[in-house]
Amino acid sequence: MRPVYMVSGGITKFRKANPNQDFRLMVKDSFDYAMRDVPNLTMDMIDGSVASYFSDHFTRQLMAGIMVQDYLGLVPRPGKRIEGGGATGGLCFQGGWESVASGRMDVCVAYGFETMSHVNTWKGNEFIALASDVNFDFPVGGFYSGYYAMMVQRHMHEFGTTVEQMAKVSIKNHGNALHNPYAQSPAKLTVEDVRNATMVANPLTLLDICTMSDGAATVIFATEEMATKMGAVDPVLVTGIGSGTDAMRMADRPHGKVLLLDHETESDYKDLKYPGVHSFRGGRNATRLAYKMAGIRNPIEDLSFVELHDAYTSSEIQTYEDMGFCKYGEGGKFIEDGKSELGGVLPVNPSGGLLACGHPVGATGLMQAVFAFWQLQNTIGKHLGGDDFIQVKNAKRGAIHSHAGTGTYITVSIMESTRS
Amino acid sequence: MADKHKDFKLPETDSGTIVFNTDPLIIKYHYEIDYIHSYAEDTPFFVGLSQGKMMGSRCTKCNYGFATPRSHCMECGAPTTWEQLPNQGRVHTYTTCYFGGEAFLNETPFTLILVEFAGFDTLFLSRIVGVDFEKVKIGMPVKAQYLRNSKFKPTDVYFVPMQDDEPAPHTPYSN
Ligand SMILES: [Zn+2]
Repeated sequence: MRPVYMVSGGITKFRKANPNQDFRLMVKDSFDYAMRDVPNLTMDMIDGSVASYFSDHFTRQLMAGIMVQDYLGLVPRPGKRIEGGGATGGLCFQGGWESVASGRMDVCVAYGFETMSHVNTWKGNEFIALASDVNFDFPVGGFYSGYYAMMVQRHMHEFGTTVEQMAKVSIKNHGNALHNPYAQSPAKLTVEDVRNATMVANPLTLLDICTMSDGAATVIFATEEMATKMGAVDPVLVTGIGSGTDAMRMADRPHGKVLLLDHETESDYKDLKYPGVHSFRGGRNATRLAYKMAGIRNPIEDLSFVELHDAYTSSEIQTYEDMGFCKYGEGGKFIEDGKSELGGVLPVNPSGGLLACGHPVGATGLMQAVFAFWQLQNTIGKHLGGDDFIQVKNAKRGAIHSHAGTGTYITVSIMESTRS
Repeated sequence: MADKHKDFKLPETDSGTIVFNTDPLIIKYHYEIDYIHSYAEDTPFFVGLSQGKMMGSRCTKCNYGFATPRSHCMECGAPTTWEQLPNQGRVHTYTTCYFGGEAFLNETPFTLILVEFAGFDTLFLSRIVGVDFEKVKIGMPVKAQYLRNSKFKPTDVYFVPMQDDEPAPHTPYSN
């Protein structure tokens, strides 16, 4: 495999609805932004693409990917679509990396979008719930917030995690987004605001849950030679790629032994049945592979920041544990102690995450990569309208984490700064 | 021939399009489908519900017990055999949904539970009724009831709390 660099990225502002642009034009905007950021990168240098969008139901257009490809002027070059629920963007990122690492392409564009405003919120929830087993799960009350609520009820039962700890995730991420003009719903919140918001599926309130959005994002990968040729400034090296899966039905998840990270031992978890429905085994597997490839032994020390898939406040806490920022069971304490805040030992979701940026599914995992890229280039201020409040000082290495329904597909990718 | 058709026009109709906006132009598009869905290898479970029983499955090689049936084992890939689940279990986890997908909005609020059963390794998703939402707890003993007129959906079975004088089952995770 060859070293692969991310050389540029672009995103649209995520919105509740963007009726003035269809999915092609949204991707085009994010693509043009990425192209402009590397002025000597020209269309003829691009070898092909990977497209990311989750739902044909939301688009009501099959093969929407090829319509983006022709709109961008990339036909007849190679292209394909990748789909894996909420992790579609993360899988697309890794697909773009694979295209270059394998030697098949020297420059590859990964683009993604979702247009979720074309149906009402509850029809949208129904579409998303079709990403659960339609024999056994969907007809019982297909509703993803209900599934995640059941998972965190069990997390609370096993570990004593509290709704106040979950609220702190919401406060942190919405607060970070006050400094991110791309975010859909920045807000200054209190624990009371989160707990008094409309109850959706107990214990999750509206402010524990991300919103649906319209939006697009683009990531461009290149070899070292092409990165140099196009004059890419401070390209970011992708040093770790990992992914994992678990059973579609939560009911099928086993109750076995924890998959251990380097800094854990079996005695840490002698009474814990794993993953059950409280943890994401696929996330742990993705983490293990990515850390191994990148040589990460202690994530707290070895990572400067993380952009992770916080579709729910609860899943951010569960993911702290899957990614080994703390032991299983200590995720609630991790946020309570402020460890994942800006200025904490490991800032998580400095962008505001899905909770505050929004979650246009196919764009989301690529959005995380774009924010991570700007962090590692130290260009947050330049790209966020002059506000560099969320710039992690001296960011050397970041992780991005993308996650599909109840932990079915999960990706973790590690990115490293090349700034001297 | 050309002359004969020169005045041809499509007939006008009085059907129309619902328009929400003109800049940009936003219209309503109706989209509906009847899908021909086969339960295929899962069929015995749904037929079983109509006979007042829940069918799980068990691996013929490693003996893993699936409370939500599958015809091949997720642990080892071997075929499974059908095995009836006990009618009693315990709540493994729960939530009350105050919203839902559009198809279920008119049923809200409803309470989802994952049920665990003695002798089975995995769980089963269902609804619990006949109890205040606030009183549903992890470990609560529950028993299955069935619709008399089956709809051949997993909601043909639902759970209610067991009475205090009924012996509670010993299940794997939440006693
Ligand atoms: Zn087996």
